[in-house]
Amino acid sequence: MSDKMDVQLRVNGAPYTANVEPRKTLADVLRDDLGLTGTHIGCEHGVCGACTVVMDGEAVRSCLMFAVQARGSEITTIEGLANGDELNPLQQAMWESHGFQCGFCTPGFLMQITALLAENPSPGEAEIREALSGNICRCTGYQSIVDGVLRAAGQPPTLSSAH
Amino acid sequence: MTLLAEYGDDAKLLAGGQSLVPMLALRLAYPSALIDLSAVDGLDYIRRDNAHVAIGAMTRERAAERSDVVRESVPLLAEAMPLIGHIAIRNRGTIGGSAAHSDPSAEIPAVAVALDAEMVARSIARGQRTISAADFFQGFFTTSLEADEALVELRFPVAQPGTGVAFEEATRRHGDFAMVGAAAAVRTEGGRIADGRVVLIGVSDTPVRHAEAEAVLAGAEPTTEAFEASGALAADSVTPPSDLHGTSAYRKQLVRVLVRRALAKAAHRSLEAR
Repeated sequence: MSDKMDVQLRVNGAPYTANVEPRKTLADVLRDDLGLTGTHIGCEHGVCGACTVVMDGEAVRSCLMFAVQARGSEITTIEGLANGDELNPLQQAMWESHGFQCGFCTPGFLMQITALLAENPSPGEAEIREALSGNICRCTGYQSIVDGVLRAAGQPPTLSSAH
Repeated sequence: MTLLAEYGDDAKLLAGGQSLVPMLALRLAYPSALIDLSAVDGLDYIRRDNAHVAIGAMTRERAAERSDVVRESVPLLAEAMPLIGHIAIRNRGTIGGSAAHSDPSAEIPAVAVALDAEMVARSIARGQRTISAADFFQGFFTTSLEADEALVELRFPVAQPGTGVAFEEATRRHGDFAMVGAAAAVRTEGGRIADGRVVLIGVSDTPVRHAEAEAVLAGAEPTTEAFEASGALAADSVTPPSDLHGTSAYRKQLVRVLVRRALAKAAHRSLEAR
């Protein structure tokens, strides 16, 4: 069963074909075969959220699916957000809110938030916290991240005056 | 089906992968073959007929969470959805996958047991058969499915008018597996409880439905005393496991409190609906 299979995907709008073993996770294929190392791998069993990508409009854990299961799907990774050197509005808002520190969890958070804002462009703080409950950050205590989402959604950040 | 008949015990069916893939990653399971159900058409649907809501086994949890049919006709299932993991988990995790996985802390098995759901299984050798939820969940990660059988559909009875539901859990962190959970469904008639259901998770190797805790509710007025009595009976009849997160005695206390809270909330909603 280790025969390699062709997997065709669209990632950040570009078509890719990878020839991979069926047991290889989507996260590993994005990083190793497509060279898109922006997607980070933390716990590798679906707890930390670092590997979150957007697949066909929904946030998913790329470590909990095999690349062959993503055949024919449209995937957005962290590399798909900025336009060249220009940050997208969410990235800009996070930068202005000092959202992150070390950056390891950042790609997963941003992709989870991208899916959230696509579904609801003006979420309240409770909804933001619920949506981000599956992503772990060990640096910030989350407040600055929540503020970044509020800022991106055009709402007053709760902590901005403290900075 | 042919593949499952061929590989049998050596194969695992891969549904949403939100439990099985972590088990593979941690080497807790090492099947020689995985059969990916997402490649099978016709297992992703939510349909209502007169008396039942039929949900295809590969229906994503997030789809059930967003479904108006589920919210209106199987409110206990709708109530349970947000308690399952996190959004990214529910985007992939499936109704049938969670049921077939049979984790004693999982919500969907508890809902199936509380509502007397019918579990529809299919295999080449046996064709199609229906298993009651009460008989389906056999133990820790064990169901009454045969090795060559796949769970293809769950059938939930449509809630009768005036039914109130609640699902209460105690978790260390939001989205974690519950240390203890209590599902309740209450239907009131003329200000009294006509039907009360209580199912616990996290206290045994399967979801536990409580005949005694339900019996004291039948015909009773929906008072705090009645809910307390039901919670006490439920707590007395279980011997939950002790672990890092809580002792057996602590979990028994959780049972008492969560049953009371779940029943109070369900009864309140039932009375409001009247």
